[in-house]
Amino acid sequence: MYWRYLLRRLLTLILNFWVVATLIFFMFRFLPGDPTAMFLDPSMTVDVRAAILERFGLDRPLHEQYVLYMQNLLRGDFGWSFYYSRPVGEIIGDFLPNTVVLAAASLIIAYVVGVIGGVVLAWKRNSRFGEWGTLIPLFFRSAPVFWTGMVAIMFFSYRWNLFPHRGMRTPGYVADGFLEKFVNPDFLHHLALPTLIAALYYMGLPMLLTRTSMLEVFGEEFVDLARARGLSEARVMFVHVLRNALLPIVTATAVAIGLAVGGNIVIEYVFSWPGIGREIVLATQNRDYPLAQGMFMVIAAAVMVANTLADMVYVYLDPRVTF
Amino acid sequence: MKNEPASPKTISEGALVAPIDAVDVPHTARGYGLVGGAWRGLRSLSLKQKLGFAILLIYLVIAIAAPALMTHDPWAINRTEQGLTARMEPPSSRHLLGTTDLGRDLFSQLIIGTRATIIVGFLAAFCVTIIGTNMGLLSGYYGGWVDEIIMRVVDVAYVIPFVPFIIILISLLEPSLWNIILAIILLFWRSPTRVIRSQVLSLKTRPFVKAARVSGASDLRILYTQIAPNILPLSLLYMTISVGWAVITEASVSFLGLGDPLVISWGSMLNGAFLSGAARHAWWWVVPPGIAIVLMVIATFLVGEAAEEYANPRLRER
Repeated sequence: MYWRYLLRRLLTLILNFWVVATLIFFMFRFLPGDPTAMFLDPSMTVDVRAAILERFGLDRPLHEQYVLYMQNLLRGDFGWSFYYSRPVGEIIGDFLPNTVVLAAASLIIAYVVGVIGGVVLAWKRNSRFGEWGTLIPLFFRSAPVFWTGMVAIMFFSYRWNLFPHRGMRTPGYVADGFLEKFVNPDFLHHLALPTLIAALYYMGLPMLLTRTSMLEVFGEEFVDLARARGLSEARVMFVHVLRNALLPIVTATAVAIGLAVGGNIVIEYVFSWPGIGREIVLATQNRDYPLAQGMFMVIAAAVMVANTLADMVYVYLDPRVTF
Repeated sequence: MKNEPASPKTISEGALVAPIDAVDVPHTARGYGLVGGAWRGLRSLSLKQKLGFAILLIYLVIAIAAPALMTHDPWAINRTEQGLTARMEPPSSRHLLGTTDLGRDLFSQLIIGTRATIIVGFLAAFCVTIIGTNMGLLSGYYGGWVDEIIMRVVDVAYVIPFVPFIIILISLLEPSLWNIILAIILLFWRSPTRVIRSQVLSLKTRPFVKAARVSGASDLRILYTQIAPNILPLSLLYMTISVGWAVITEASVSFLGLGDPLVISWGSMLNGAFLSGAARHAWWWVVPPGIAIVLMVIATFLVGEAAEEYANPRLRER
């Protein structure tokens, strides 16, 4: 029965992807502006122009264009970026790993620290710390992440000169291989500040979620039993209560992965981090619509896959869900 | 599947404090009535929650009284006594929060920026709540194909990445406050719809609804006089949460340079600071707008917490 649920969930995923792709197609074509002008650049030569018009069927009626667009999408052909004069797919391939590294690093820190912090907040809920301590995650969730980023840059980069304020590596540095690209002191030095700032932002959700989820569990009998067995309070909290409160946090993590791919836009923008989030902003500024469209599809796909994953993990972990 | 997974997607935006699908007692049945209940609710607020209400009230007053509070024209290029442009001056008695690279008074910008924030925050949240509440009511009450259609649209709204969508929508239309509000409404109505629908599903099986039906009340009458009052606290909760999200969204979009070029908002002030390179040292330009946003959003979260306890009194007992 679990398999039938999985199958249904996968079908929904495909259906949603199709709807979003269609939505984007019509958004770019029906909103003000000439579609051919959007996909073509005045500086292109006549030959290139004709080639692109034909390749994407921009000279054909709308429904044929739509079919062609879907066919191209299925083949992974996102179009041609006229800003970079390269296929959009290749550009996404260049920028996506950078986004993933930053998102993964910040999420790992955020969820480890956030869950531990949430346990402490729930544990000490009746003290003054427990009551006002919830304002800490609330603060970092309320603070626009680009602002905390700007403040951090002002102090850590300009005033104290501790961390670089932009980019992924010192200009002129060329990495030898893929691994070398991401595992070297210069890169980690650049990674530290944006990771920390993003982590502070993402931390709020797991922290508050862990806290409420723990509070739900507190009333249950096995908690009293664990205490009666003479276990230390820390053991009761971290081993017995936390384990039973973990379910919503696990699903929230899966959702967060999808959100981080698209949600790091402002972080990447502030720190000039060459990821797809910053690139989609630059693409709209440059009126490079094929690129913007392609990046949007990739981010949407990440969100959809993560949501599906979250649902699957949930029904897998929670034995109370029946089919 | 009998027991749907408790929709982890809602976690991603609203539900700060607890899952809210458990409003047990219809509100009117608690014996206080709506107004009486609200009054009792206000009196039982914690200090933090009162603080939240107070902050929102102060912002509202500032937004209304902005012209009286501003010390300068926020667009004017101010000059020093020597007649030079007063560029990047740190705070002084003449310019309470200093000036920009063009000699504009930052204190006045901060004050007038309250207006844009309040307008976007409250208008967007109001529309989101109205649409979400009605969609949830219809979807939950009628079920069948009405429910199917509305919930499929909600599903799609959930998978559209929010900031990228707004960026593209606004760059295709044009940067304006109204387009930002439109974009927020287009995606945010999904959360109240989903939660209110599940609430209506349970409410419509209650005896008081059956009694109304037996006594010959029409569907619309049952929906809006019997069921709607009971989900009002939940709508209220989503309204406060949406205000916070709308404020952050407006700030982010304006910061990315897609804000209304004719309107000063806290986000556009930070955009100016970032682009002019002032972010390197001009703390008087960077810090105040951020603090203003943080206070506003924290206040909405605290008020939301109060609304949540009002919607679900069991929470207060913990």
